[in-house]
Amino acid sequence: MRSRVRAADLLPLASIGMRSRPTRAALSTLGIAIGVAAIVGVLGITRSSQADLLARIDHLGTNLLTVANGTRIGGDEAKLPTSSATGAARTDGVLKVTATAGVPRLQVFRTDLVPAYRGGGVEVRATEPSLLDTLDGRLATGVFLNDATARYPVVVLGHDAATALGIAQVDAGTRVWLGEHWFTVAGVLRPFELAPEIDRAALIGLPVAASYFGYDGHPTRLYVRADTARTVPVAGMLARAVNPAEPNSVNVSRPSDALASRLLVADSITSLLLGLGAVTLLVGGVGVANVMVISVLERRTEIGLRRALGAARRHITVQFMTESLLLSLLGGLTGVILGAAVTHAVAAYRGWHPLVPLSAVGGGFAATLLIGVVAGVYPAVRAARLNPTDALRTA
Amino acid sequence: MTDAVLALVQAARTYPGTPPVESLRGVDLTVAAGEMVAVVGPSGSGKTTLLNLAAGLDRPTSGSVRLAGHAVEDLTDGQLSGLRAHTLGVVFQQFFLMDHRSAADNVADGLLYRGVRASSRRRAAADALDRVGLAHRVDHPAGKLSGGERQRVAIARALVGRPALVLADEPTGNLDSRTGGQILVLLRQLHADGVTLLVITHDAVVAEACPRRVDLRDGRIVADTLTGRSG
Repeated sequence: MRSRVRAADLLPLASIGMRSRPTRAALSTLGIAIGVAAIVGVLGITRSSQADLLARIDHLGTNLLTVANGTRIGGDEAKLPTSSATGAARTDGVLKVTATAGVPRLQVFRTDLVPAYRGGGVEVRATEPSLLDTLDGRLATGVFLNDATARYPVVVLGHDAATALGIAQVDAGTRVWLGEHWFTVAGVLRPFELAPEIDRAALIGLPVAASYFGYDGHPTRLYVRADTARTVPVAGMLARAVNPAEPNSVNVSRPSDALASRLLVADSITSLLLGLGAVTLLVGGVGVANVMVISVLERRTEIGLRRALGAARRHITVQFMTESLLLSLLGGLTGVILGAAVTHAVAAYRGWHPLVPLSAVGGGFAATLLIGVVAGVYPAVRAARLNPTDALRTA
Repeated sequence: MTDAVLALVQAARTYPGTPPVESLRGVDLTVAAGEMVAVVGPSGSGKTTLLNLAAGLDRPTSGSVRLAGHAVEDLTDGQLSGLRAHTLGVVFQQFFLMDHRSAADNVADGLLYRGVRASSRRRAAADALDRVGLAHRVDHPAGKLSGGERQRVAIARALVGRPALVLADEPTGNLDSRTGGQILVLLRQLHADGVTLLVITHDAVVAEACPRRVDLRDGRIVADTLTGRSG
């Protein structure tokens, strides 16, 4: 002859408190809701932005390498050999190579009337026509250089260079004053995420650079597309392939690494925000424990009555523990919904694909569960320890 | 005395303190099935202590309390709770109803700790409310009922599990004399139907209505008389 409560009766029993005082229940769950919302929101937003960044890196390609001239041991600037591009192209795993060379001390103006000291910002860069293909770039307007136009005073402007010169549209008469010569503008490029130096450049052909400005044939920067699977070994071999005599004076870099490093920065900020969320969650748990203690004090007669009706101590413990859990879970659920909503809103605003990581939702709920148990232990034990005869004695 | 529902043998209850309060000092009392007994005494005579012992809410400091054949002092909290759930119904002076819940829900709670299915509880609650004359109030919130009706709901809750013993603590104490009289009529009617009743009271009218009267003074029984009134 033992007393027992059906599992189906547990939920109605545990929700008596919040049904009789819904406002208090809502307020007491607010702390937990905010904590969970913070955690889910932070993880959701960072994960969405990371996914976006990864997708962008993926789209731009992690197989782009740049080879630039470095410095000799003595400190003076090293030149890449004239045969660098050929050397790079012969390397196993290299798909495309384009040689470019900065042409120094040249200024670019919209007209020949601008005084020389007003120049700046736009660099002149000589390139092979294959640049567009190697960088996987696209034109905003016009056409790129080809083998023919590379021999004549024709220029293609990088995105920032075009903005600086105030050129948005290209027609047959669009010209710029480049190094004391008129150059016809053939096209304007779209921005390159992985090669910002191109954005600032006015691109001309290598032959015209040689004939007009005395370009000596030594490239300053090679753009190399490697087989994606072999990008890292290719990067290791390029220095020797480009300049067998002085491999140490060659800088090989992978532009996508710079973007990837942003992920790491985001991670450290995320852990800081997560810590704040955890503190909020803890404070929320204290709030629930507080409300539960008050609830136990107020419901003395209910506890006494339940004992008189046959409730054992464990039934009282379970009832109040479940109530605490229920409050916490309610807060957790609200928090998850809030966090997901915030993530979606931010993602929509930034144009990302919203991503609410299941691990954040699961972790948030697990933390809530734990908090519900911890917050409920003291009030529940206190309720169960209450002497029924004392509890029924009304003041 | 095999059919004794409640048997106190030299039951004593002392509350710790300086000096200790001897609330009951060795009480012998046997209630047989089908009896209706009034325990009468002035305040401080130990009535409430006796009720608490009989209700299995407290244990004697010495002596023995047997409920439906089980010695209360030998049982664990879980076993004693089971005994309360299955053999006892208690009616309190203050009713102790949950005001925002319906009369039927309050009554059904009388079976909650027996592990009875909710649908069966509701059926039994409707029957019990019918028995106390409140069939028309089943779905009313308890808070909106009159005092007499509230006490009827409390009685229905005590009756709903057809317990071996129903304890009533000043069942008319919070009611006016007319309503109290109606409750008394109901209790006598239940007694006539075979319900075993132990009524704790200081009200002479209530005591008069019971076939057997036990007088308590300073923690001792001073008189145990059959009034000759049958149910």
